[in-house]
Amino acid sequence: MVAVVRSGQSRSTLHDMSSHGERVERVWEVFRQEDEGDPMIHSGNVNAPDEELAIHYAREFYGRRGESHRLWIVPRESVLELDDPDLLKPPLDRSHKKPGGYIIKHKLEAAKARAGEGST
Amino acid sequence: MDDADTIQPLNSRPRYAPGDSDAFYAHVGSGGKVEADDWMPDEYRAAVLKFVEMHANSELMGVLPERDWIMRAPNLRRKLALTSKIQDEVGHAQLLYRVAEDLGKPRVQMLQDLLDGKTKFHNVFHYPTKSWADVGIIAWLVDAAAIVSQQALRDSSYAPYARTMKKICWEESVHIMHGRDVVLTLMNGTAIQRAMVQEALDRWWGPLMQMHGPPTDPAKDKDLHWGIKAKNNEQLRQEFLSIYVPRIRELGLTIPDAALAHDDVSGRWQYTEPDWAELKSVVTGHGPASQERLDFRRDNFAETQWVRDALLGTATAA
Repeated sequence: MVAVVRSGQSRSTLHDMSSHGERVERVWEVFRQEDEGDPMIHSGNVNAPDEELAIHYAREFYGRRGESHRLWIVPRESVLELDDPDLLKPPLDRSHKKPGGYIIKHKLEAAKARAGEGST
Repeated sequence: MDDADTIQPLNSRPRYAPGDSDAFYAHVGSGGKVEADDWMPDEYRAAVLKFVEMHANSELMGVLPERDWIMRAPNLRRKLALTSKIQDEVGHAQLLYRVAEDLGKPRVQMLQDLLDGKTKFHNVFHYPTKSWADVGIIAWLVDAAAIVSQQALRDSSYAPYARTMKKICWEESVHIMHGRDVVLTLMNGTAIQRAMVQEALDRWWGPLMQMHGPPTDPAKDKDLHWGIKAKNNEQLRQEFLSIYVPRIRELGLTIPDAALAHDDVSGRWQYTEPDWAELKSVVTGHGPASQERLDFRRDNFAETQWVRDALLGTATAA
């Protein structure tokens, strides 16, 4: 079994073209929590040369209207990605792992009927 | 057979292997989504980039007509609302340039191409503004025409663009309310103010009808086939007319097109053919305010070079 784990590095090479010793911008993914206790949901990303500016930009784009309780700002290359369907959506029946995999309506009716017969 | 033994339907979306264009187009053609990291054919990448870049340019250039009115806003609340709208639109440009950048074109190159007239922005931002009523008509009707197409883009096959449109649509809905409020206030004012709104509507109606572009042959529209956009030009224009013609007329305003009428049989709006030659001329930089607006951006780009240098230049001794 081979897990395909990719980092985001493959697509950010364009921003590394620094010819005159300039600071290199890189991509930071931004996650937003709308209210206390809510899940952190991916919002988008910003391009910034350092942590300080990444935080400023994230605040500017994803928190200017009071719409966020908390932001997570993560360098894209730190995100590990797994999207292999062989691992995540295997072509096998997984219904026994889900509540909907247990259809009990008719069995319950039969069991109740049986119990009803027994009591008379 | 026992119910519980029934096999559940499996994940059925067609997947595609990198390099397999046919499978890729089958994927997007059946409603599948594409992420920035996914393999995509070069022509799909180029088409999304062109579409998003033009959208970003329009957001950036679109603030200039409104910027002219910040110092002339009639009161402090209007000034705050207008500056906030302008800040939002520049923010949209930044978000969209970010989406486009991820497709492989550096932001500074996109700005340079815009300033050099190599790339386009929406026709409506090539026209001058003449009165405060223009601010209301732009925020209400130009933003409304834009949101009709932007809402359809929330279903784009390019998922980072679709997600960005969800955020943008939410903010645009505030702008439309601001614009409608400006127009309603003027319509409840003096006869001169009402005439001002009518005069602005008369000038903006032509560009508004051109804004979604001429009807295209759906069979040849690649953006449509690949799900980059979800509705064609004429569908968007019809949708805009259905919602906004009644809202304009109920205020006692006259739409300057005697042929405009809803055909109950076909369910479609009929209208005088928009001036497509004007549209083509305007978006290629020959509109009444095209060069003035681009000149402003060129000066602004040069004046703000020191900011980019400060942010990206070599760090000085700590």
